[in-house]
Amino acid sequence: MAVTAQTKLDAGKLRADFPIFEQEIRGKPLAYLDSAVSSHKPRQVLDKLRNFYETSYANVHRGVYTLSEVATAEYEGAREKVARFVNAPEARELIFTHGATESINLVAYAWGLDNLGPGDVVVVTELEHHSNFVPWQYIAKRTGATFTAIPLDEHGELRLDWLEEIAQKGNVKVVANNLVSNALGTINPVERLAAWAHEQGAIMVVDAAQAAPHHAIDVQQLDCDFLAFSSHKMCGPTSVGALWGRAELLEAMAPFNLGGHMIRSVSLEETTWGQLPYKFEAGTQPIAEAVGFGAAIDYVNDVGIGAIEEHERELLVYALERLADVPGFVGYGPPAERRAGIISFNIEGIHPHDVAQVLDMDGVAIRAGHHCCQPLMAKLGVAATNRASFYLYTIPEEIDRLVDGLHKAHKLLA
Amino acid sequence: MSEFDQMYREVILDHYKNPRGHGELDDADAQAEGQNPLCGDEVSIFVAFGEDGDTIDEVKFSGRGCAISQAATSMLMEMVQGRSAVEVASLPREELLDELGIPLSPVRLKCALLGLSTLKLALHKAKGTPLPEEWAGAAGDLDLK
Repeated sequence: MAVTAQTKLDAGKLRADFPIFEQEIRGKPLAYLDSAVSSHKPRQVLDKLRNFYETSYANVHRGVYTLSEVATAEYEGAREKVARFVNAPEARELIFTHGATESINLVAYAWGLDNLGPGDVVVVTELEHHSNFVPWQYIAKRTGATFTAIPLDEHGELRLDWLEEIAQKGNVKVVANNLVSNALGTINPVERLAAWAHEQGAIMVVDAAQAAPHHAIDVQQLDCDFLAFSSHKMCGPTSVGALWGRAELLEAMAPFNLGGHMIRSVSLEETTWGQLPYKFEAGTQPIAEAVGFGAAIDYVNDVGIGAIEEHERELLVYALERLADVPGFVGYGPPAERRAGIISFNIEGIHPHDVAQVLDMDGVAIRAGHHCCQPLMAKLGVAATNRASFYLYTIPEEIDRLVDGLHKAHKLLA
Repeated sequence: MSEFDQMYREVILDHYKNPRGHGELDDADAQAEGQNPLCGDEVSIFVAFGEDGDTIDEVKFSGRGCAISQAATSMLMEMVQGRSAVEVASLPREELLDELGIPLSPVRLKCALLGLSTLKLALHKAKGTPLPEEWAGAAGDLDLK
């Protein structure tokens, strides 16, 4: 991937692209510190959606009429943008799905059911989101394979010294890991894991849902086999996401969803499957959403993924410094240099729900809960944490308001 | 009074900081555990019946949770002490919510009602009273020994 010099981004200026910030919440400007769960949408993406519906909409790959051709060109153009964004060798390796969760389920079912059995080992990590944990646990049970997780150290980083022991459990067939942890922000050594997976004869499945919005991704450099991500966390519409997979693996796999559009021919006796990527795109796809996903990729590329990452790291360093003064603050996660713009924390003696409630009264939105990471929460010995997360539109004033709100919560409830 | 002051009003904070009936009963006649899947909170409820086998003689709770769930469960402990198990099994949720007396969003409603639905589950297991609606469809996952 070409590395270009990054200009610093101006979050205050970019913020004007996001209509959501024009309103007040409980009489205060919105401080949105929950982009890890979903990002807000810039006008450029919203305009594209509206314009597509108003001028170019029809079902794709179905009609010979002009409008269907225009819609198909837009849809396939979006596929090319999304494929280029992760440096996929070919656009046909990029499957549109309903999101990262469906992308991972696609691999777990369509690859897993036919390739796993007793004696095989499926390896995840204690850091996974349930979406890259539960499908593998379930498919391992269905096929009789062993399911295991790479443990974490006290900073929330993977204990790679355990790999040898895991290899003793049987034939390692799948290694599944997130590139960036949604709960702690840990940037994981996926390249090293992919190399190890391939030494074992396993496939490497990467959950990039939390990485894609903030961190440059190159599937060829990672040398992974599958990579899943979602549009909604990176300025795009909900209900659309992507699965990139190596063509030879996707071609050898059985289909996942079956129905219209994914076939070559259908008869009473037999059905044969269509080519990539259509084999995995049964039924009418989220067409406008995919086009909006393409517009979101344009927006993120215009801002610059390197500039976004740099901006978030500056905010992270600033926030960690300020939060250290909050009474009872307990932070989780690795040092800033190995971490994306996510801060998971607790205030001693105060339940995260109460912290989030107190903050909401002042228009500050953070996440409170287990972040779909119950195995990780068990490891940390907590039921839930608070999580503040940043994006390209986050400004330091929002962090100041977070800190003020935490002082208030401590005064009231601790 | 602002919405904020209402939510964390004095009586809520008092129950949160000094919960009534907090603890466990070693030889409980009825017992159940409940979870809030949204936040991972857990509560355990322990009930001891009087000689008639129906009056709730003693009731305790343990577990972790937010101020709303802890305060609501604490209030519940006071509310059901000395009442009939059969009556409590069909206690309208409004009775507890009125006692709490604060505006609750759907998410926070689950926090407030975790203790009550777990108490009803304990009574269901011990007495065969109707399974509370919160547990409908989950019977297969429940340990109903």
